[in-house]
Amino acid sequence: MNISTKKESAALVVTVSGRMDAVTAPEFEKSISDFITQGEKAFVVNLSGLEYISSAGLRSILACAKRLKEQSGKLIFSGLQGHVKEVFSISGFNGIFKIYESDAEGLKGV
Amino acid sequence: MPSTGHIKIPAVLGNLQAITDCVSDAAVAAGFTPRRVGDMELALEEAVTNVFKYASPGNPGEIEITCAAGDGKFSIEIRDWGKEFDITKLPDPDLSQNISERPIGGLGAYLIKRLADDVSYRRLPGLNILTLVFNLEIKKQ
Repeated sequence: MNISTKKESAALVVTVSGRMDAVTAPEFEKSISDFITQGEKAFVVNLSGLEYISSAGLRSILACAKRLKEQSGKLIFSGLQGHVKEVFSISGFNGIFKIYESDAEGLKGV
Repeated sequence: MPSTGHIKIPAVLGNLQAITDCVSDAAVAAGFTPRRVGDMELALEEAVTNVFKYASPGNPGEIEITCAAGDGKFSIEIRDWGKEFDITKLPDPDLSQNISERPIGGLGAYLIKRLADDVSYRRLPGLNILTLVFNLEIKKQ
């Protein structure tokens, strides 16, 4: 799994690629958690290069979302593809998160 | 069904990749599409990480995975010698809950049940046997 970030005025865009499984999901959670500690409150997470996600990844995402919600922050997603889109749908995550096609749309939705 | 893949290995997270590779190589060789192999990898990860976490906490035992292909089906049998744990009896999560209400966790068993075409569990003395079956044809979601 690779994580890169780009600071935009409306939010921090976090691009995640590769696999978010039981081994790698804690890295994602720690990365977002560190940014929250540093004061970031709005995130657009681009998953267009994420090939695979398991419940460990969903668990990390939900843990970050709960923490952000307590601080009136926002966690928005963009670019979901194939397998990841399907897992979000089965898990009902597309009902509890805002999901956009692109980062630009996601930034407008913050 | 002829045996197409087998691995017996300590039930620890560091072995997740070896287990996944063993099963996905067998599924690819049996002619399953990348999408179906992806479904299998996910269901398999959920099943084996449950074993890693709950079967024998603090004192991991072994896990044995045997897969077989035939008649348009692919079966994955997962054996462990830990505590009794029947995922088929776990209640489904409430998907209508919002971010604050949703408990952390509880999606793994649900994903297995949604992705596999058949899930069965047997408890023998000291042994859990979970069998996941996938049809070559994609299950309607």
